[in-house]
Amino acid sequence: MMSSSTLLGAELAAPALASAESRELRSLGFWIYLMSDAIVFSLLFATYATMSRNYAGGATGKELFDLSHTLGETALLLASSLTCGFALLATQRRRTTSAVSWLIVTLLFGLGFVGMEVTEFQGMIQQGAGPDCSGFLSAFFTLVGTHGMHVSLGMVWLLVMVVQLVAIGPTTMVQSRLQRWSAFWHFLDIVWIGIFSVVYLPGVL
Amino acid sequence: MLGKLTLEAIPYHNPIVMSAVVFMTLVTLAVVGAVTRYHKWRVLWREWLTSVDHKKIGVMYIVIAMIMLLRGFVDAAMMRAQQAMAAGADQGYLPPHHFDQIFSAHGTIMIVFMAMPFLTGLFNIVVPQQIGARDVAFPFLNSVSLWLTAAGAMLVLLSLAIGEFSTAGWSGYPPYSELTYSPSVGVDYWIWALQISGIGSTLTGINFLVTILKNRAPGMTLMRMPLFTWTALCTSVLMVLAFPALTVVTGMLALDRYLGMHFFTNGAGGNMMNYVNLFWIWGHPEVYIVILPAFGVFSEVVATFSSKRLFGYRSLVWATLAIALLSFTVWLHHFFTMGAGANVNAAFGIATMLIAIPTGVKLFDWLLTLYRGRIRFATPMLWTLGFIPSFAVGGVTGVMLAVPPVDFMMHNSEFLVAHFHNMLIPGALFGYLAGYMYWFPKAFGFRLNEKWGRRAFWSWLVGFQLAFLPLYALGLMGMPRRMEHYGNPEWQPYLVVAALGAVLIFVGIGFLVTQLVVSIRERRELADLTGDPWDGRTLEWATGSPPPVYNFAVLPHVRDIDAFLDMKRRGAAFVLPVQYSDVRLPRNTGAGFVIGGFAFVLGFALIWHIWWLAVAAALGAVTMLIIRSFVDDTEYVLPAAEVERRERERHDQLRRMGRRDSGGRGASELALQV
Repeated sequence: MMSSSTLLGAELAAPALASAESRELRSLGFWIYLMSDAIVFSLLFATYATMSRNYAGGATGKELFDLSHTLGETALLLASSLTCGFALLATQRRRTTSAVSWLIVTLLFGLGFVGMEVTEFQGMIQQGAGPDCSGFLSAFFTLVGTHGMHVSLGMVWLLVMVVQLVAIGPTTMVQSRLQRWSAFWHFLDIVWIGIFSVVYLPGVL
Repeated sequence: MLGKLTLEAIPYHNPIVMSAVVFMTLVTLAVVGAVTRYHKWRVLWREWLTSVDHKKIGVMYIVIAMIMLLRGFVDAAMMRAQQAMAAGADQGYLPPHHFDQIFSAHGTIMIVFMAMPFLTGLFNIVVPQQIGARDVAFPFLNSVSLWLTAAGAMLVLLSLAIGEFSTAGWSGYPPYSELTYSPSVGVDYWIWALQISGIGSTLTGINFLVTILKNRAPGMTLMRMPLFTWTALCTSVLMVLAFPALTVVTGMLALDRYLGMHFFTNGAGGNMMNYVNLFWIWGHPEVYIVILPAFGVFSEVVATFSSKRLFGYRSLVWATLAIALLSFTVWLHHFFTMGAGANVNAAFGIATMLIAIPTGVKLFDWLLTLYRGRIRFATPMLWTLGFIPSFAVGGVTGVMLAVPPVDFMMHNSEFLVAHFHNMLIPGALFGYLAGYMYWFPKAFGFRLNEKWGRRAFWSWLVGFQLAFLPLYALGLMGMPRRMEHYGNPEWQPYLVVAALGAVLIFVGIGFLVTQLVVSIRERRELADLTGDPWDGRTLEWATGSPPPVYNFAVLPHVRDIDAFLDMKRRGAAFVLPVQYSDVRLPRNTGAGFVIGGFAFVLGFALIWHIWWLAVAAALGAVTMLIIRSFVDDTEYVLPAAEVERRERERHDQLRRMGRRDSGGRGASELALQV
């Protein structure tokens, strides 16, 4: 019995979902999700590219965009990525208080970004340049708004992580979740760089 | 308070719809009554609705697929009846508005709510076992995917009773699907059913991609994976990359309809051609998403029932990969006539023809597997043999349509309808039914009755040819698709033959139902006590039928493409493990079901503009997800002693069956072979 089983090459199973293995799976799965989300954005970019001049007699990007406003948004978002990195470093050193503080700073930067975006949108709608005015504006509001929605959901996730850090502590599971959240947050930075270079810069030039 | 929803939404005045609604209600009441009568609510909730076991999730997917197959077939039968009647002075029995809803629902249901759940169900039941794993990578996510799919299917069914369905075809082209031309809730039902189930499919793709890449048993290299697993891998990649396009395009259409945007409107800078591009960037890969898994089934079945190693395994793998890649390069052939220009059309036409090459490679590989095999004509094999010639015809007409000048003549005609049904019925559905009959004993522990299976097969095969070959002729005679009424009496004889084909397919469906009922009655005689009823070659046959919740007490060590056959030859199959260890398994949770329920309510609220309910349902789903994220203890441990008890029980059964079992005998056989 013994010998045959060894011959058969049967191998004893490791405990099915040991936590390191499970973290690796989740990390891979989340990266694949980010890729599919990247396709959502790339299709929104492509749509914007094809519609960016469909003004239908309405306002153009040149009239609507204010680069200094966009610069402010960019600064807030990029700064939030930096503080997000500090938060992660702090959790790895198991300094919960410091991690939570950095996360809250990140949240404030995020709120500032979304706030500026909402102000921009409101201003445009008040000028009579809402998303229902032209193909160009539909594509603009949808692309930029989808990014803004992602940032907002990222902030909800961030709040959940703050609660988990305080309530559960920097356990491996909480840390792995934080890592995925930070990948999400940085991903949104990259998308924003795309928006800046595809939407705002050419719009103003 | 209730948005656009009033009592007027229930189609009292339409006797055909109302009788369908009454029938649906009666069936629902009968099921609810039966569950109550036999006190099965607790079992249903604990063992099924909250289950995260991939095998049970797979069974539930296939139940959804079967229900939707029936619904989709009723739609088809109604269209065939209408077209057989409505020539010249006769207007048939269906008004145009109703007919348009039926063809829209038929396409949507068959692709998104029959084919998708069927193939996902087969993945769930088979893939983890084929790769020697205990479950998928993310069992809870798997349950979420299932219930999102179910929510979408429920919305489509509900559209019959409350409001109406889209009349814009399954592809929902604007500007017709815009608010101006389709002001009712029909298109909204279509949008939200696709959105919700589409997110489920994206998550399924992620889940199986990670499962197959990361959870394979030791020794199972990529080039030792069974072909079905390979097709599951390629399909998962397609799901992850293609479904976002569906999410985006239906999302944009929704923005046009709900917020007055101008993505696809006639005026104000809208561009409806963009819709068509985006839709088919999902839609064409989707064709391969539904066909590749069937190719996987055929590959398994043809090897098993020829008792021969699959011919050209490597070429089949590369052909699958090539098809997956090329599927993203041909979407424009769905709208050659849109005016992209001769050069663009030529490029996409050539890319389309290229797909015939890897597909042809596959057909020859299957034929050469049959060559000199010891062929057993069991039902799964019959579906495979029926598929090969039928699919070849569909492939040839596809190459014809790939030539842009030909397509200019044929597009939007019955020729096209015949072509894609010729791909999807033999190419996808026959494969799923082969898989259903092949793996049924694995899932339930008893085989399906072969006699009724053969009757079902022949009815389907002959019925399919009768129903669709005449449509090629009709297309060549100039008949456009989707006609509710026509003036040309020359078309009618062909349409009557097609209707007879539909009758025969109906008989085939009746035989499938009979087969299931008869088999459940005869389950003792049909019992599969060995776990290996077909002399299988791949790892899923190494487990018991039905498999224990942990699938494998000890992860198998794979040395060959036909891993289980290799184990049997070495005497390593049906051997008790030397040592047992604790098995960790995912714990059941109702969170997936609850999230699916909220998604259903969200969809319903959005369709009827009940904003407060939509906000509440969205918050509910997010809250459920957050609550779930606080649960870190998602697994339980099945102690080694319990695993040993179950394995010994199976072993005793195998010994009674006379299978070689003891280590001594296995070892001596092994010695002889060496």
